[in-house]
Amino acid sequence: MIAAVIALPALSAAVLLSFGNRTNKFGPLLAIFASTGSFLIGLWHFLQMVARPAEERPALTTVYEWLAVPAAGFKINFALQLDQLSISFVLLITFVGTLIHIYSLGYMSHDENPRRFFAYLNLFVAAMLLLVLADNYLLLYVGWEGVGLASYLLIGFWQHKPTAAVAAKKAFVANRVGDFGLSLAIMTMFIVFGSVSFSDINSGIVGAPAWVSLTLGLLLLLAACGKSAQFPLQSWLLDAMEGPTPVSALIHAATMVTAGVYLIVRSASIFNASEIAQTAVVITGAISLLMGAIIGAAKDDIKKSLAGSTMSQIGYMVLAAGLGPIGYVFAILHLITHGFFKAVMFLGAGSIMHATNDNVDMRRYGGLPKVMFFTTITFFIGYLAIIGVPPFAGFYSKDHIIEAALSHSWWAGAAVLFGAGLTAFYMTRMMMMTFVSKSRWHDDVHPHESPLSMVLPMIVLSVGAATMGILLTRNHIFEHWLEPITGFVKPEPPLPIQTITTITLSVVAIGVLIGIWQNIKIAKVAPVKVSFVVKAARKDLYGDVLNETLLMRPGQGLTKSLNIFDNAVVDGFVNGLGLFVSGISARLRRSETGYVRSYAMSIVLGTALLIIALLMVRI
Amino acid sequence: MIQTVLNTIPTPSFEYALLSPILVMFLAACLGVLVEAFLPHEKRRFAHLIIVFTAILFAFFAVVLQSGPNGRALVANGTVALDGPGWILQGTILLVAALSALLFAESKIDPLGDAFAARASTLPGGEEEKIATKLGWAQTEIWPLFSFAISGMLLFVTANDLLVLFVALEVMSLPLYLLAGLARRRRLLSQEAALKYFILGALASAILLFGSALTYAYTGSLEFGQISNGISSANNSPGLLTAAIALVAVGMLFKVGAVPFHQWVPDVYTGSPTPVTSFMAGAVKVAAFGGLLRVFYVAFGALVWDWRPLIWVVAGLTMVVGSVIALAQSDFKRMLAYSSVSNGGFILVGFSATSRPAIAAVLIYLIAYAFATVGAFALLTLIREQAGESSTLIRWKGLGKKSPLVAGLMSLFMLSFAGIPLTSGFTAKFGVFTAAISGGATALVLVGVIASAIAAVFYIRVIILMFFSEPIPEGPFVVVPSIFTTIAITASAVVTIILGLFPQVVIDLISSASVFLR
Repeated sequence: MIAAVIALPALSAAVLLSFGNRTNKFGPLLAIFASTGSFLIGLWHFLQMVARPAEERPALTTVYEWLAVPAAGFKINFALQLDQLSISFVLLITFVGTLIHIYSLGYMSHDENPRRFFAYLNLFVAAMLLLVLADNYLLLYVGWEGVGLASYLLIGFWQHKPTAAVAAKKAFVANRVGDFGLSLAIMTMFIVFGSVSFSDINSGIVGAPAWVSLTLGLLLLLAACGKSAQFPLQSWLLDAMEGPTPVSALIHAATMVTAGVYLIVRSASIFNASEIAQTAVVITGAISLLMGAIIGAAKDDIKKSLAGSTMSQIGYMVLAAGLGPIGYVFAILHLITHGFFKAVMFLGAGSIMHATNDNVDMRRYGGLPKVMFFTTITFFIGYLAIIGVPPFAGFYSKDHIIEAALSHSWWAGAAVLFGAGLTAFYMTRMMMMTFVSKSRWHDDVHPHESPLSMVLPMIVLSVGAATMGILLTRNHIFEHWLEPITGFVKPEPPLPIQTITTITLSVVAIGVLIGIWQNIKIAKVAPVKVSFVVKAARKDLYGDVLNETLLMRPGQGLTKSLNIFDNAVVDGFVNGLGLFVSGISARLRRSETGYVRSYAMSIVLGTALLIIALLMVRI
Repeated sequence: MIQTVLNTIPTPSFEYALLSPILVMFLAACLGVLVEAFLPHEKRRFAHLIIVFTAILFAFFAVVLQSGPNGRALVANGTVALDGPGWILQGTILLVAALSALLFAESKIDPLGDAFAARASTLPGGEEEKIATKLGWAQTEIWPLFSFAISGMLLFVTANDLLVLFVALEVMSLPLYLLAGLARRRRLLSQEAALKYFILGALASAILLFGSALTYAYTGSLEFGQISNGISSANNSPGLLTAAIALVAVGMLFKVGAVPFHQWVPDVYTGSPTPVTSFMAGAVKVAAFGGLLRVFYVAFGALVWDWRPLIWVVAGLTMVVGSVIALAQSDFKRMLAYSSVSNGGFILVGFSATSRPAIAAVLIYLIAYAFATVGAFALLTLIREQAGESSTLIRWKGLGKKSPLVAGLMSLFMLSFAGIPLTSGFTAKFGVFTAAISGGATALVLVGVIASAIAAVFYIRVIILMFFSEPIPEGPFVVVPSIFTTIAITASAVVTIILGLFPQVVIDLISSASVFLR
């Protein structure tokens, strides 16, 4: 039954893609229907699960046995694991996904071919659901690659724009680096444990030598970095904003980019077994959250600024996931709340772009509250949520991460606290530039509120962004919910919780104040004379330069030298072999003379040889 | 005197219901002959189509309904064995034959009509040929020939007696010799192919018959079960038996196209009309391997240690030679012919293991290969130029841009031939290799893996040509077929995908039935 959650959007995507233009008329509606159906089935499973006692909640469904070789003890099943962790993701993906489908109805209405867009969205939803429902790493990998493909297709949806095509390629290549880590991890698992299922790995890792958990941990971290745009594989995410904005909201903010966090939390047993791997995760998270925030603070492109923010917020989740059992629950909690408030801000950004002829430069915004009431309100709720103002959602999830980080080490705590201040600063800057300041519109721009199909999802999501934190943390409900799966240890920070909250809120307040003070007057053109930090941040903190000097150039050098080696030695051998084989091929081909007499001769000779050989065998 | 002789000949008991698939196809063939004799020619095609498809449908249902545990028996005085593999082979042959029949029936692709010569008796390129073509005549005799061939195959895979086996072989082969020579285009090539096929086929049949006679001389029986008993109990000169086994093996290996008895394959596959080629590569291959399995597992099973090393050598040679020569081919049809040879080698790898999983693996390979090959040949009929099918590979450049659907499906079948996971070819190769490894033939499997790596080159080359090269000016065009070919292609693609995605279902079904009766 749970398979239907995946099957619905998958089938819809298949129909829309294979029947092509014939489905143009009803395509978008079919896609929305599939996504909604998927959500309802997920909800039904969720309600059933809630009704069961905690230890009976996880359920394994073997859809079918893919391939089994009993002799070799080798078995791969198409099996789905529905537990508290995966159902949380199912609900997030299908709920936010459905809202964004509806939003796209309005957003893509002027596009030539919305049908194809909706098909890709469905494809993404199906792949993402497979990723979170798989009961083994190999099937997870199928979903993992599936979302990578959907992301590639959607970033490059407007492929006639060279920037979009390049961005799509970049995302794909960067993701491949991470995928490589995952595939190596799966191979290692298979060699060491002879199995790739979560349950076998979880039980096997306990007695395994230390190098196994360390290797697997680092490989999985590499995979997570690729998919979740963490340092050093982050650079694709900013370019990915070339895709249509609903894609940025769904895939590059709310769901897909969090797959890395899911992977780490799902592999909790591996990371718990290796302190070094965990520390590596925390460091990665800390670097990414600061880098993302700094980039977000310098960008004038609203989507890129939000993308930097996404990287930063996922940094929080990764950091929390690296803290071990004190952090897993909060990583997922922040993931869910972030899914809501980041989606609402991206949709808000899309709504503004829709109203201003696809302008993304915040320096030409301003004065929007007068003309776009709902967009402003919902965006503002998202703003309060992300900077962590109580009682909005981000306050609860971020505060818990800060507590957990402080009880881990002073530097992790310092990083997340400083990050909170930076977040408050760049988000305030965005608010100032976009809404509060006077209008600096281009001459031909006449902003207007977006249609209902776009506004409605924003309202629903903003309600989530406002209330999700209270709902999930009241009576520690989420901790108890996830504890059977991820384990949970109450963090014990060195300071009283009230003190931490006070410090956090003060840091946030300082960030907000600086943000307001710096952006009272906004130039229409970005100033040139700026500090080196801003210069660096405008260039994505040299992420591309880093990639180019550390990976691309040496990579190209390596490729070149390998190429020379390849041409001279390997090709020499292979070509030699190839020449040898084709030489044989050509010679053997000549045996095919076309003369029936020589064929008959060959049969008779063959028969004689066969008889002689058989006689030899007998003797 | 006469009375005593009559008393020694047992009255044959005849299980008509169990034999009905064979009998129905035979009846359909005879009806077809009557149609030829009595109906005016414009009504014949329709009548034939009705008769053949009804018969195939009926025969298939007879197979499905009777193939349960109750339907497994030695019938017709022990000369026909209807066991698990027998039923599966019959069912497969009928399905593949049905797809080929759809290709036979296609007449929308070629503007001149179906794939067969308007009048086989006219001189190729002569004036009469032009007139016959202009008048729209059709050689409807193909239909009874086709039905005879099917009934022969159905009998061939269940024959439990060397004489019945021989008769079945002839019933199946003779119509094929004729069908091979009936191409509408490139008729000289087609007629040459038919003649070659006939001469070499006759030679192989003679060798098989000779082997059967020697077997009888050694064991005193032609029935497989009794041959097996005779081998275990006899103490005659083993040389006679050795020769017998070798000769029977040659007769069968010729039909499957194993090296060094393979040379007819490329010439005949290339010359025959493509629907007939698909029939030969699909159904005939299944039948030939079915017969080979039964003869060697049931009749000569006691001597497995003697003939197995031989099969190893033949299998290795067949895989390597087939794959290597295929590399040098520039013609698609000829490439597929060598691919058919090399696939025969892979099947022999599984065959050499002589275990129950091996039987299942061979059967699955046959199913996977037969459907993929019919699909590939069916697609070939759609890719055309003014002079007929375009089978020169180099001219397919950029076909993916002209017709993504045809090129995409072709790629599916190529990937399946190459044994890429999630297609039936992977399941099939995986099965035979696993069976061979548990049978102790690891070295042979290594050869097989290398051969399939070589083979992958020429399969993938087709995909690269179609999708990653610029189209050539005045290249081939793709024709939209009628419902017949569409069904055939769709069914082949579906089987190829299903066997790749859900192999375990089929494996379980076939494994449970893979026991020979003796």
